[in-house]
Amino acid sequence: MELILSIYEIPLINALVKIVMILVPLLLTVAYFTYFERKVIGYMQIRIGPNRVGPRGWLQPIADAMKLMFKEIIFPQNASKTLFIIAPIISIATALAAWAVVPFGAELVLAEINVSLIYILAMTSIGVYGVIIAGWASNSKYAIISTLRSAAQIVSYEIAMGFALVGVIMISHSLNIGDIVKMQSGSGVWGWYVWPLLPLFVIYFISGVAETNRAPFDVAEGESEIVAGFHVEYSGILFALFFLAEYANMILIAVLAALLFLGGWLSPFEQVEFLNLGASFLAGPSIIWLFAKTIIFMFLYLWFRATFPRYRYDQIMRLGWKVFIPITIVWIYVVGIMYYMELSPWFVRV
Amino acid sequence: MRALTQFFKSLFLLELFKGLSLTGRYLFAKKFTVQYPEEKTPQSFRFRGLHALRRYQNGEERCIACKLCEAVCPAMAITIESEERADGTRRTKKYDIDLTKCIFCGFCEESCPVDSIVETRIFEYHGEEREDLYMTKEKLLAVGDKYESQISKDRGEDASYR
Amino acid sequence: MELIIFYVFSSILVLSAIMMITVKNPVMAAFYLVLSFFATAPIWLLLEAEFLAVTLVLVYVGAVMVLFLFVVMMLDINIATLRKGFVKMLPIGVAAALTMLMSMIMVFNSGYFSIEKYAVPERHSADYNNTAELGQILYTEYLLHFEVAAVILLVAIIAAITLTHRRRANTKHQDIDKQVRVKSSERLKIVEVKAEKRK
Repeated sequence: MELILSIYEIPLINALVKIVMILVPLLLTVAYFTYFERKVIGYMQIRIGPNRVGPRGWLQPIADAMKLMFKEIIFPQNASKTLFIIAPIISIATALAAWAVVPFGAELVLAEINVSLIYILAMTSIGVYGVIIAGWASNSKYAIISTLRSAAQIVSYEIAMGFALVGVIMISHSLNIGDIVKMQSGSGVWGWYVWPLLPLFVIYFISGVAETNRAPFDVAEGESEIVAGFHVEYSGILFALFFLAEYANMILIAVLAALLFLGGWLSPFEQVEFLNLGASFLAGPSIIWLFAKTIIFMFLYLWFRATFPRYRYDQIMRLGWKVFIPITIVWIYVVGIMYYMELSPWFVRV
Repeated sequence: MRALTQFFKSLFLLELFKGLSLTGRYLFAKKFTVQYPEEKTPQSFRFRGLHALRRYQNGEERCIACKLCEAVCPAMAITIESEERADGTRRTKKYDIDLTKCIFCGFCEESCPVDSIVETRIFEYHGEEREDLYMTKEKLLAVGDKYESQISKDRGEDASYR
Repeated sequence: MELIIFYVFSSILVLSAIMMITVKNPVMAAFYLVLSFFATAPIWLLLEAEFLAVTLVLVYVGAVMVLFLFVVMMLDINIATLRKGFVKMLPIGVAAALTMLMSMIMVFNSGYFSIEKYAVPERHSADYNNTAELGQILYTEYLLHFEVAAVILLVAIIAAITLTHRRRANTKHQDIDKQVRVKSSERLKIVEVKAEKRK
């Protein structure tokens, strides 16, 4: 036991253990997120979804993963092989690297850096290269069309998303996600940033959906016109990496929405006295709250996919540039006014 | 004014919420999935599945090699060769149906003057090779012999509608 | 440790920069440029400029180079015609390169940029916030410069848009705003048709 503890004290080992502690649950969540996606969408379409592999289909994601792992990787003719392999690696690496700075509790964070918010934005923006390189290396027209679509879409929506986050940065005086959550504490549900920043919150989440190329903004996949988009030519484990990256990014957007706008690990019953919860664990900040809030947004992703038909590409561009960006700029101005008026409980002079 | 209400309606995403509430309701609706191998949907007596050739009760095959089915088959899946038997009747030497071509339209059954070629309720069959899905006369007769009771019952139920 | 990180990333930077100008395929060149930008970021991190490092990745790698690649991918560049004038243009190219090299040598050898001129930057503790410091100085001391730069950028954006934004007379394009504003009641009329009596 002593030996194990002493090994754990080595910085490198310590960091590795922490990384594994984040990645393994994350990848498991991704696997079961795909299962729940199929279940939830099935239920919304009055079907029951996968229920054959294992009891109630619980082993379905494992079976899918096994299948993908043992499938042959096929390289298209005249494709640039190195880039073909690098592309999914970039996708997954950036998707996972962004998780390094996500705090799960006041002290539970792998890398405490004071620019964590823009670090995450930067990582997701590098993720575009996975798509671009995949499309270009595939030597296929569907892939390249999808690449152009998705790159333009991600770059456009990044602006709206960045502006939406500017509101959060203004209100909290910080780029550190942990600090942003701390600033929301003290006055229960009312202290969360979702209230003063409601339009920005809505735009943030919709842009997040667009940024991750999910329905109804999934023209990059567009199976009715361009087969499967940038990963048409991919099979086996390389395809699985794209899949993992996409879902890891979805969960990242969901967890960020929970952290930045819904008070992260803070309890909604913080200041509630009449229920006499003051002493129970429900009132205290805990990781359970963070997960509960994240799951709401993850569910929203699935709900959107089951509900909305796919946007037309020019409409997506119009929505991003002509609707979202003006609204965010106006609301940043409103935030400035609120700041000037020192609207409590959100705007406090530091 | 109308444009203004329109503007606010779209700003508050009213129609999107309407759509979301609809799918949200269906999340809890009763599911209609039929769990296939365990549960099966009821079949009509007119169900058009695997083909069979029938015999008369005395064991004589019904088919008289008139080739009406071959002529009517839109997928040209049927091949018939006929011969004259010792007793002077015309019978088939060869009666093949290529199931990989067949579209299960049931025209062969409709055209048959002696109710020889019929389509049964069987739909759970498979073949490992293409040859397994090439039904020869022997195979078709075997299917007919095996399921004769079901086939004649189905024809009987259908008779009043014809 | 820091030294190792520095050498690793600076060698990646130098190598990818060399590859960028020597590689034949323009798309590959753009990818190498991305790599060299990316390798610059950790070096800036070592200089405790974490905000600038991350912004470099966010802006240059994440946005500018994506648009760059966009253009390069769309262009159908014929490498053979590009290389045709190589020998003819060589003297001019060499002259330009030499001039630039000379001027760089003159600047860096002037002693103005030598290490002795600058004090060793002090190391800050972990809770030192570079970003806040940067914002502080940008919005107080350099406020005017900042605003002027912003206005210049705005002018540049507007100029670029007006230069390229031409509306040709007889193009048929869709007005998306109009399409989005359409309501079902404008397009669809539900008419109740009485069943005809059989005669």
